[in-house]
Amino acid sequence: MRRYFGRKILIYSITFFLAVTIDWAIPRFMPGDPIRNLLARAGQRAEAADVMYTYYTKAFGLDVSTWQQYLNFWKALFHGDLGISVFRFPQPVAAILMKAVPFSICLLVPAILLSFYAGNKFGAFAARTKILDNTVLPLGYILTATPYMWLGILLAWSLGIVAGVFPIAGAYGFNLAPSLSWTFIFSLLEHWFLPFTSLFLVGFGGWAIGMRNMIIYELESDYSHYLEALGAPRNLIRRYAFRNALLPQITGLALQLGVIVAGQVVTEVVFSYPGIGWLLLAAIQNQDYFLLQGCFLFIIIMVLIANFIIDIVYVVIDPRTRIGMVGGGS
Amino acid sequence: MIEKKEKTEKVFAKEPKKINEFLYFALRNTKLKVGLSIVLLFLLLTLIGPLFTNYELNAFSAGSLSSPPSSEYWLGTTVFGQDIYTQFVYGLRATFIVGAIGGGLATIIGLLVGFIAGYRGGIVDELLNMLTNIVLVIPAFAVLLIIAAYLDVRGILMESVLIGLINWTWTARAVRAQTFSLRSREFVDMARMSGMKPLKIIFTEIAPNMMSYLLMALILQFGGAILFAATLDFIGLGPTQGISLGLMMNYAVLWGALQFGSWWWFVPPGFAIMAIVGSLYIMNVGLDEVFNPKLREM
Repeated sequence: MRRYFGRKILIYSITFFLAVTIDWAIPRFMPGDPIRNLLARAGQRAEAADVMYTYYTKAFGLDVSTWQQYLNFWKALFHGDLGISVFRFPQPVAAILMKAVPFSICLLVPAILLSFYAGNKFGAFAARTKILDNTVLPLGYILTATPYMWLGILLAWSLGIVAGVFPIAGAYGFNLAPSLSWTFIFSLLEHWFLPFTSLFLVGFGGWAIGMRNMIIYELESDYSHYLEALGAPRNLIRRYAFRNALLPQITGLALQLGVIVAGQVVTEVVFSYPGIGWLLLAAIQNQDYFLLQGCFLFIIIMVLIANFIIDIVYVVIDPRTRIGMVGGGS
Repeated sequence: MIEKKEKTEKVFAKEPKKINEFLYFALRNTKLKVGLSIVLLFLLLTLIGPLFTNYELNAFSAGSLSSPPSSEYWLGTTVFGQDIYTQFVYGLRATFIVGAIGGGLATIIGLLVGFIAGYRGGIVDELLNMLTNIVLVIPAFAVLLIIAAYLDVRGILMESVLIGLINWTWTARAVRAQTFSLRSREFVDMARMSGMKPLKIIFTEIAPNMMSYLLMALILQFGGAILFAATLDFIGLGPTQGISLGLMMNYAVLWGALQFGSWWWFVPPGFAIMAIVGSLYIMNVGLDEVFNPKLREM
C-alpha cells in the first residue's frame, strides 16, 4: 500500500510541477507578445507606447533572465500570489477565484456523486433486462453523446424561457444580496437546479451505459457461470457482478474528471453561473491572462485532489491494493 | 424455433472464414446498421450539402433577420440574417475533419506508445507509463484552453492536431495492457526466435490480434474529438475563421437566441453532434457484439 501511494504521490507531484511549468511557459514562449497586444488595444502614440512597454515589462517582471522569472513564478505561487486581474483591476486573481470556487464546487460535487451513484445503480438494474435494455439504454447513449452546452441550452430554453419555471442566469436573484434568509436560499436553489440537472443527466447516461456493459461482461465470466451452475439466486450473482464491475467504473471516474470539468465550464457559461467556468470565459473575452492562468492552475489542483481521493477510495474498496498486489489501474 | 436451428446449421455448414463470420454478424447487427447509417447520412450531407445552398457562408443580409425556417432559408437565419443551413453544412465539415484528424492522431499516438511500452517492457515501459499517467491526470481541456487562448489565429487543422496530441492516453493504456498479455504467447516467441525485427513483430504478429479493439478505439476517439472540439469552440477558443457547430452554438447564446426564442439557431448544431457521436457509440456496441461472441444476444 505504501508503494501504491508512493507511486501516486510521485506522479501527482510531477504533474503539478509540469502544470505550473506549462502555466508559466505558454504565455512566454507562444508566438505573439501579450504586452504588445495589451498596448495595441490601448492604441497610444508610438513614443508613449515605448514607455508603456518598458513599464509593463518591469511591472510583470519580464525584465530579468528567464530562469529568474521561472523561480519568481514559483515563489509568488507559494505566497498565494497569482497576479492582479486585468479585467477586474485591481483585485488579485486569488481573491476573485476564491469567490467563484464555492459556486463551482456546489454544482460539481453533487452532480458527479449523484450521477455516478444513480447511473451505476440503474445500469446494473437494466443490464440483461430485455425491455429496459432496448428502451432506456439507447437513451443513455444519446445522453452521453449530448454536448453539455447543448443540453444546458435546451433546458434553459424549454424550462427557463418557454415554460418560465426556472431562472436562467446568475446564482441568485439580481435583486437579492447574499444573506442567510429563506428567500435567498430558495433563490440559490432555484438558480442551481438547471445547471445541476444538465450536468447530472449527461453523467447519468454515461455511467448507466458503462455499468450495463461491465455487468454483462461479468455475468459472462467463469465465476458467474459457476455460481449459476450451483444454483445461486440471480440476485446474489448480480451482487457479485456489481462489486466487480464497480472497480473499473471508479477508474473510469478518474479518467472522466477532465471531461466533467470541461462540461462544468460550458454549463456555467450557458447559465451565466458565477463559478470558475464563467470566470474563464470572462478571462478569455477580456484577454485577462493572469486570471486565465489562475483558473488553469486551480482546475489542475482540483483535479489532482479529486484523483487522490479516488485513489484512497480505491484502496478502501479493492483489497488487492491493500496487500500490495496489482490493482489501482497503474 | 426450427427456422433458427436451420440458420445455425447453415452457418456451421459453410464453415466461414473469420472475416466472413464477422461480416455475417455485422450485417445482422441492428445497432451497427443503425449507427453506421446515421453517421453515413451526416457524412453525405457534409459532402453534398454545400452544393444546395445559394448563400455565401456567414454573408449578412439585412432583409431577413432572425427568420424561422422557410422554403427560402431551410433552417432559418441568424439575428444578422446569415443563412443557418449554410453554416450548418460547413460546420458539419469542420466536425468531421476534427473527428478524423484529432481522433486519428490520438489513436496513432496511443497505439505507438502502447505497443512500445507493452512490447519493450522494463525501463521504457516505466517511462512511457509515467508519461501516460501524467498526461492522463492533467485535464486535457485545461491545457488546450490555455494554449488556444494564446494563439491569435486558430484553424480547424491546428485544433484537431492539438486535440490529437493530448487525447491519446487511455488508448495507450489499453493497448499497452493488451500488448503485454500478447507478447509472451508462443507465436510471438516463435517470431522472435526466427529473428524478426521488433517493429515487424508488433505490426504483423501483435496488432492483427487486436484489430477489433483498435477499430473500436478509433471510433471512440473520433467521437471524443468531436465533443472536445465543440466544447472548445463553445467558449470561443475554436477556429478564428470559418464556422463549426460549436461556434454556431456560441454565437446563438452570445446573441440572445434563447431570449428571442430563435430555436432554429441552436437546435440543429447540437442535434447533429449528438446524433453523430451517439451513433458512433451505438456502432461501437454493435461492433463489440460482432467481435465478441459472448456478448451476442441469443
